[in-house]
Amino acid sequence: MKDCRTFHFTDLLRDLCGISSRTLRFTAFLFAAVAATGNSAYAQVTFDRLLNAAKEPQNWMTYSGDYSGKRFSALDQINTANANSLMAKWVYQTAATGKLETTPLVVDGIMYATAQDNRAFALDARTGRPIWMYQRQIPSDIRPCCGRVNRGLAILGDKVFLGTLDAHIIALDTKTGVVVWDTTAADYRTGHSFTVAPLAVKDMVIIGVSGGEYGVRGFIDAYDAATGARRWRFYTVPGPGEPGHETWEGDSWKVGGAPAWNTGTYDPASNQVFWPTGNPSPSNRGEGRAGDNLYSNSLLGLNADTGKLNWYFQFTKHDEHDWDATQVPILIDAGGKHLIAQANRNGFFYVLDRATGKLIASNAYAKQTWSDTKDADGRPIANRNASPTLEGHTVCPGALGATNFMAPTYDPQTGLFYVTARDQCDIFSTAPQPYEAGHAFYGSSYFPSGEAEPYLGFLKAIDPLTGEIKQKFQHASPTWSGVLSTAGGLVFSGDAEGNIIAFDAKTLKPLWHFQMGGAVYAAPMAFAVDGKEYVAIAAGSAVYAFGLP
Amino acid sequence: MFRRRLMAVLGIVALASVARPAVGQNPLAGDPKAAKAGEYEFRINCALCHGLGAHGGGRGPDLTRAAKKHTHSDADMFQVISNGIPGTAMPANGTNGQGVGMTDEEIWQIITYIRSQEVKGSANLAGNATHGKELFYGDANCAMCHMVEGKGGRFGPDLTGVGGSRTREALVESVRDPSRRLAWGLTEATKEFPQEYETVTAVTAEGKKIVGVALNEDSFTVQIIDQGEHIHLLEKDKLRSFQKSRESAMPKYSTETLSDKELDDILAFLVSVVAK
Repeated sequence: MKDCRTFHFTDLLRDLCGISSRTLRFTAFLFAAVAATGNSAYAQVTFDRLLNAAKEPQNWMTYSGDYSGKRFSALDQINTANANSLMAKWVYQTAATGKLETTPLVVDGIMYATAQDNRAFALDARTGRPIWMYQRQIPSDIRPCCGRVNRGLAILGDKVFLGTLDAHIIALDTKTGVVVWDTTAADYRTGHSFTVAPLAVKDMVIIGVSGGEYGVRGFIDAYDAATGARRWRFYTVPGPGEPGHETWEGDSWKVGGAPAWNTGTYDPASNQVFWPTGNPSPSNRGEGRAGDNLYSNSLLGLNADTGKLNWYFQFTKHDEHDWDATQVPILIDAGGKHLIAQANRNGFFYVLDRATGKLIASNAYAKQTWSDTKDADGRPIANRNASPTLEGHTVCPGALGATNFMAPTYDPQTGLFYVTARDQCDIFSTAPQPYEAGHAFYGSSYFPSGEAEPYLGFLKAIDPLTGEIKQKFQHASPTWSGVLSTAGGLVFSGDAEGNIIAFDAKTLKPLWHFQMGGAVYAAPMAFAVDGKEYVAIAAGSAVYAFGLP
Repeated sequence: MFRRRLMAVLGIVALASVARPAVGQNPLAGDPKAAKAGEYEFRINCALCHGLGAHGGGRGPDLTRAAKKHTHSDADMFQVISNGIPGTAMPANGTNGQGVGMTDEEIWQIITYIRSQEVKGSANLAGNATHGKELFYGDANCAMCHMVEGKGGRFGPDLTGVGGSRTREALVESVRDPSRRLAWGLTEATKEFPQEYETVTAVTAEGKKIVGVALNEDSFTVQIIDQGEHIHLLEKDKLRSFQKSRESAMPKYSTETLSDKELDDILAFLVSVVAK
């Protein structure tokens, strides 16, 4: 029998302790009444709740905060007038080393987040004290690219969903962290892994594979959230007989890459999932894979029920610079148009019509030297001399891109798109590698070009309709932090020196900062518990929550 | 609860066994095919600091020299590539967070490649190290700002290990044209870029002007050392002004101030310090 005397705050704990709270549950979780699973009435996160995330701004239920990908919080208790009094409320040490890239979820006072090496955990969002911790054993022969990272969970019903480094998707019980189901999506020994935060849509969990450094054949999968059975798979590299297959030379499609390692967005009106894809493999060598290499470096409009392709837009054709187009695409409604916008790793900001995938505008938002011209559709096309050479050839942006996985935000109040950007050029040098299953498959090396030192990092505010950079803040050095905007007139981001910074959304002037003691590789989010607003972000090895005194 | 503790202990044991590299004879020693594969692996994994062709650069040592500071046998080299070198910018395999770690086979390929590129004899001993030491601590004024083995100034980078960790070309450039590529200073564990030796000028609210180099800086604070070796810990919003320059605080040594022969002697001294 648990001692419940101290548990009187959340429905979770009421439920754990067997205290009746029917009235509370009924009012607070009206939507939950339609939940099908019925094991527990506690905090069922239904599809309706996800659709109507705007109605419960105290919660942050998807990677980007809502299906549109805006990473905007409607909370305004913390605002431009009081941001300078923000203070640390708690810190949770994960004990993970390397880059902590997670965006926590918060539902009804409980925070769910991940850390490196297949970790997931639930915390009391008011105190940072853990409720459960989960870690899946990592195979000893695994060598995931780019750090043993994870960017977060999805939640649906009474489960959270974790993609693992060894390419499993796992459902964990929200109350206990116990594994409910475990599905193997692919073989980690051939370089498949998951680092992405999945996206729960309807009764499914959608997830994209990592492995563009290993020559995997990329895919986006949907799994039945209740059972873990796969509903559909969309291969991002078309097989024989499928449209787009002709854009690959010979058998190169088999190891074509085009991973899908960052979280997409969803448009309920058209029932489309928008998922971005990454580089063709080998990432920095076009020889042997002549053609556009569809659907690498593309944005895909997929039917959510079937995974069938409605439309695609390829940002960088036949890429040789590792410019994954995996940046979160944000749904923006402006001027009567239903748009989708992406600040792409190749240095251009793109706006598309999200019904058709037709390009509306593309404008450079960071230093770039690879494209001086556009095609008839207005798409930037590569200069002739942009390919890597044996001796090495300087191109901007560099291999890390003008931006990368750091999540952007769109603030409907200012009408501006905020993105972390960097000016850095790299020397790209070819280094032919044969494909060998499970081995690195880049075909080239890159290193920062001394010609372009120092490397500059910015937070930029872009008018999505014109592409104009309205404001910018220069960081002390380039940062990997994502960005959050809030109804309090604020934009939050972090830096490589360990600061979280609150900016005035209009001017990008810093109003407050706090030194967290470790570099930021994650994106901030906001939530409220007991009527108090918090902003949370991961830095170093820890998750931090900030609030007003 | 016990089970959890046991799991934690097992976890530590498992981690330790993963971190321990397999060491021994290079199974690929002298194999030209392995050396070729190693060349490309080297480009991908090592050239960032050690340069194309392993000749080193402003950021890492020339590996074509037969004499290396940290590695003698192939097994040593395997160890260094696997685990990095503490206190230096050399990371452990697969830990820099970018790219894929190398397999044991790929590491041996790289070692085979490096061995195939080695030039016998010492590269830099043309100069007179004894005279170079005299110049360093005397007429050339290097020791006013730079320390070697605990003796000298603290304003500029400590040069004790630089004879082994930088190429001759990089060292010459840093004397003849020090602003072209600023030296690296403090490297923080989680930060992508090390601090550079930028020249900074701060004016405090009281009007006191501080000129020096940045030991470390973020958007809100800066730590400066001035030529008198005073360290100033400053908050930027309390300053009247703050300016940075990529013009190095190190003076340019032209051939009139320091002849090529004298520079050779100083470089020979720096190399001799490492070779000891």
